[in-house]
Amino acid sequence: MTTALSSKLARQPSVFMRKLRRNAGMQLGLVLLLLLLLGAVFGPALVGNATAQDLGARLQGPTAQHWLGTDQLGRDVLSRVLSGSRISLSLGVGVMLFSLTIGSALGLMAGVRGGWIDEAIMRLTDIFLAFPSLILAMAISAALGPSLTNVMIAVALVSWPAYARLVRAQVLAIREREFVEAARALGSSAGRVAFKHLLPNTLAPLLVQGSFDVGSAILTAAGLGFIGFGAQPPIPEWGAMVSETRNYIKQAPWASSAPAIAILLTVLSFNLIGDGLRDIFDPRSR
Amino acid sequence: MQHDVTKIRIFGRFIYPVSFAEESALFTYILRRLALMVFVLWGVTLAAFLISHTLPADPAAAILGNNAREEQIIEFRAKNGLDQPLPVQYGRYMLQLVQGDLGKSLRTQNPITEDLKQFFPATLELTLIAILFSLLFGLPLGIISALNRGRWPDLLARIFALLGGATPVYWLAILALSIFHEKLGWLPGPGRLDSYSLPPPVKTGLMTIDTLLVGDKQTFVDALRHLILPGIVLGAYSAALLTRMTRSALLEVLGQDYIRTAKAKGLSSRRVLNKHAMRNAALPILTVLGALFGNLLTGAVLTETIFSWPGIGGYATTSAITLDFPAVMGVTLIVGMAYSVVNLLVDLAYALFDPRISYS
Repeated sequence: MTTALSSKLARQPSVFMRKLRRNAGMQLGLVLLLLLLLGAVFGPALVGNATAQDLGARLQGPTAQHWLGTDQLGRDVLSRVLSGSRISLSLGVGVMLFSLTIGSALGLMAGVRGGWIDEAIMRLTDIFLAFPSLILAMAISAALGPSLTNVMIAVALVSWPAYARLVRAQVLAIREREFVEAARALGSSAGRVAFKHLLPNTLAPLLVQGSFDVGSAILTAAGLGFIGFGAQPPIPEWGAMVSETRNYIKQAPWASSAPAIAILLTVLSFNLIGDGLRDIFDPRSR
Repeated sequence: MQHDVTKIRIFGRFIYPVSFAEESALFTYILRRLALMVFVLWGVTLAAFLISHTLPADPAAAILGNNAREEQIIEFRAKNGLDQPLPVQYGRYMLQLVQGDLGKSLRTQNPITEDLKQFFPATLELTLIAILFSLLFGLPLGIISALNRGRWPDLLARIFALLGGATPVYWLAILALSIFHEKLGWLPGPGRLDSYSLPPPVKTGLMTIDTLLVGDKQTFVDALRHLILPGIVLGAYSAALLTRMTRSALLEVLGQDYIRTAKAKGLSSRRVLNKHAMRNAALPILTVLGALFGNLLTGAVLTETIFSWPGIGGYATTSAITLDFPAVMGVTLIVGMAYSVVNLLVDLAYALFDPRISYS
């Protein structure tokens, strides 16, 4: 989709801002993300302990003291949701950075070197794309013990191929262009051409893919948490929270809905940002 | 044999003339894609094997429990070949695999092919219903959205697409059950049949088909009603993505010159949409559908948990918890295979329907 032109856009703040001002969806996404970040950073300090139990106040509705009510152990749902945002956000961003690094390194190598290296790397991506991600993640976290780090490893292991394909496609599209040719003619080393000229031009699509990926990583990780393969109680992980409170949906719908809506809003914000970035970088897309 | 121009005919329509040279190029392409699929599946077995056998976890201990004696563990390992060196274990596994044998489950001690035969059809049926729902819902919504670009139907469709793409499927499942089953009582709850319905003899494993085969209308209706909620819940994400993709593919096509030409020569908008726009938007939509299929099989794991659906989702979960790696590998392989076959079909559809692509 995008090539040199739009990557230049990424490095030109004024053009970027002008386009952002006309993109309501992306503005909404950014505002949502900002609120989530504020909640994640300051929330836990403001609303108190996420694991403090008050068995006398179980499954309460929203009150002045507990804005989102309490769960089956009398814990404040709001403070659990806010603490959970730290977990989900860092997990999503962590997975994205990890798979983006591995994926684009492999994609760059495949695109630049070509030949059997390209063939080998691309077949490897084929294999991992055919791998059922959730099942792999379940097996890994079952074997290594359920923990957030293991969830992160498992999800990253299945999300890198997208980046590898993306970077390779970009590199193939631009490696014969004049400016790359010129750099080579001027005597730049292969490494310099790759990192100075090719890689920066894959930035725009990588940013787009990256923001979608944070959302889907959060969704997958929360799914794992829901079936019990992620963070263990009493850690306030959103997926696990939905699971713990699902039997009380009739008495206390807010207790399981609040973390679910938090997941929804977080994923939504990253998807909106991804959409917005694509609109900005690639004016042809709709 | 006189054979220089062939016309491929599908659904009574000629697709496009293919010359003999093109046809053989197509044939080579298909062969190459098949070979690639076999390679990918082999890669999946190797990767799954390496990951599962190099993890620092002991299936023997997990299955026999904490109180197992040392001799029991040694015996269990010897019986299941876990005491052999890795290459030997992999060699044995592959040797069985090429004969269609996925090995024995460490937990149930059943042949895994038998277990999968029992659980996979339920998941397949659910997935097919989900695809059907997402097509019936996503396609029209995407079309309406594109044709009304910028107006309120478009806005509603886009909001649906955004929300559907971000909602955790298990929450949707919990909500759907508590509203449509528990509160309103419109639809049956978890499971594939009501407890008073007699399950039909298993032929295909698809409950709706099996009931029709024996002509049991009442149980058929019951099975179908049980499919509605989980099918819609599972299909919601795909419907959202499909709405979005249909919209953008159609908008892309509608901006082309040949659409303007078609309109300018006075064709009705229905004809422009059916004959010119949708046909060209179909291929990108098909690609999304192929990619979604893998997603659906995975999403089924979560949906099945909540609807107590006896499919491979639950089987995979229990197998993973008990570190029953042969079973996990079996599930991985069958899901990988289903995904590969569907995507092969998508690629072949490209080869057949898009004359611009050459495969030589």
